[in-house]
Amino acid sequence: MSVIFKKTKGLTDTPFTYCPGCTHGIIHRLVAEVLEELNIIDRSVLIASVGCSVMSYEFFNCDAVQAAHGRAPAVATGVKRVRPDSIVFTYQGDGDLASIGTGEIVQAAHRGENITVIFVNNAIYGMTGGQMAPTTLPGQVTTTSPYGRDTHLQGEPIRISEMIATIPGAAFVERVTVVDPLTIRKAKTAIKKAFEVQLRNGGFSMVEVLSSCNIGWGLSPVDSLKFIKDKMVPYYPLGNFKDKGVQS
Amino acid sequence: MAKILMKGNEAIAQAAVSAGCEAFFGYPITPQNELIEYMAKYLAKNNGVFVQAESELAAINMVYGAAGAGARVMTSSSSPGIALKQEGISYCAGAELPVVIVSVSRGGPGLGGILPSQADYNQATRGGGNGDYKVMVLAPNGVQEATELVRKAFELAEKYRNPVMVMADGIIGQMMEPVEINPEPLPPVDRPWAAEGQRGRAQRNVVNSMNLDAYKLEQHNRDLQAKYERMEREDVMYETVQTDDADVLLVAYGTPSRIVKSAIATLREQGIKAGLFRPKTLLPFPSKQLKAAAQGKQFVLVAELSLGQMLVDVKLAIEGTVPVHFYGRTGGVIFEPSEIVDAVKSHRKGD
Ligand SMILES: Cc1ncc(C[n+]2csc(CCOP(=O)(O)OP(=O)(O)O)c2C)c(N)n1
Repeated sequence: MSVIFKKTKGLTDTPFTYCPGCTHGIIHRLVAEVLEELNIIDRSVLIASVGCSVMSYEFFNCDAVQAAHGRAPAVATGVKRVRPDSIVFTYQGDGDLASIGTGEIVQAAHRGENITVIFVNNAIYGMTGGQMAPTTLPGQVTTTSPYGRDTHLQGEPIRISEMIATIPGAAFVERVTVVDPLTIRKAKTAIKKAFEVQLRNGGFSMVEVLSSCNIGWGLSPVDSLKFIKDKMVPYYPLGNFKDKGVQS
Repeated sequence: MAKILMKGNEAIAQAAVSAGCEAFFGYPITPQNELIEYMAKYLAKNNGVFVQAESELAAINMVYGAAGAGARVMTSSSSPGIALKQEGISYCAGAELPVVIVSVSRGGPGLGGILPSQADYNQATRGGGNGDYKVMVLAPNGVQEATELVRKAFELAEKYRNPVMVMADGIIGQMMEPVEINPEPLPPVDRPWAAEGQRGRAQRNVVNSMNLDAYKLEQHNRDLQAKYERMEREDVMYETVQTDDADVLLVAYGTPSRIVKSAIATLREQGIKAGLFRPKTLLPFPSKQLKAAAQGKQFVLVAELSLGQMLVDVKLAIEGTVPVHFYGRTGGVIFEPSEIVDAVKSHRKGD
């Protein structure tokens, strides 16, 4: 019998701790497959952040440094600067990257740090039980916006990819999602390009992935994917925002 | 080697790179700017890494990453900046990373002032990060000793896999003194735990401070405590000056201890036998040694450029066996020897 599909070497055998229906798992697999295909597992260093993916160092089959909430791009800077031949990537949620860690992400992009950022935007704080994030949609109900996000008091959601793309040091910025086979393929292509930018010392690369949080959103897994397509994508358009053309 | 005249901040930087510091991450703040400027100039030309971080918060997290990847690394700052570093220091302690932090302290609280102070004793020895952790704290009394203790800080950080802070008051940072800096790099130390990419290594390395298993986390904390106890057994440093025949024991650290030495000379000229006990490690604090030195004295007088922070450790050490008095100036004001002389006299029985 011939093997037609097997788990990528980029992941360990540790079972994921993510809720059933959450798309963190798909994103993990895509990143891990890219590490394997580019043959860089052995020199990669994951910077795990604080959020549902805090334990991602248990899942990615490479060295890892677990960072404080929001600080992953600074930690990645430290690793990459002293070990420039390592492939360094952060894996961060939207609370981590778009709220407490805005300083670190903007300045890492500004310095053109040669790192890759996987930014998982699920429009909510999943780990702490579904509180509002800067990315929470207008009117969206969360435990800290129980009457729906009021844009007069809580602002309009922040579009990180568009903002980062304006920074000269950013070489590659793309927003993708993982709601069906087509978008999953496109997501993987973008992730691969982002790592290729780093392999060519091209500067800062980031892929924003619109992801689900069915538990935090109070929706079924199927309805969560519909929520991404119908509600998130119109506000957070998919596509490339910056490509300095440094990948092959 | 001939001595050269150097500003404290620059001498500290040179001592660090001479000891083998490969990477520096910092943010400008007075009175330590010459230190990061020296690093910027030197490391770029000597295969080192220098990054001017966007904040002290980012700087300490860069240090965490660089140390995690196995580099010999340092950061420096002053009071409000050290305050911002506390989160990262706790992470470094939790993940057991060897890092060196230089604190050139100034007057507080808040933005405070830019003149020298010792009001960050509690910040250094108690810290503001979360958890049951300790940072080793070394306190030099001048530029020469600062260069020696910075070197020592790398050695100790690597021996214990723990953050080590060098507490240099703003006087040391800003004054010039003749120094001789050890040019020998410290021997490289194996870091089999470093996360720098697996590169054929059998196990995966993870630099981490998280553990959701309470029993395992408790054990980790017990292991850390065992390390702190070892520091106390093996690496307490202090100096005593004319303590044996003294009736009065003065306790001071850092550059103010030199002012206290002048006061002791004056007191002795006036027939008052005073001596000095100077902690060189503020953590671990030389408690046993201080208690022994204080026995039989009329009283102990603690002199600090703060309103009484080390005072608490002195009292804990002496355990009520001898009366403990205090004299301090703060906010950037530096006491004169005559103030210490007067303070001693005011507490003398019958004077
Ligand atoms: C300094 C600090 N503040 C707050 C927290 C608590 N905390 C843990 S996870 C988290 C939210 C993470 O949300 P996000 O980045 O969106 O990731 P998700 O859990 O949704 O994947 C918060 C606030 C913390 N660990 N550290």
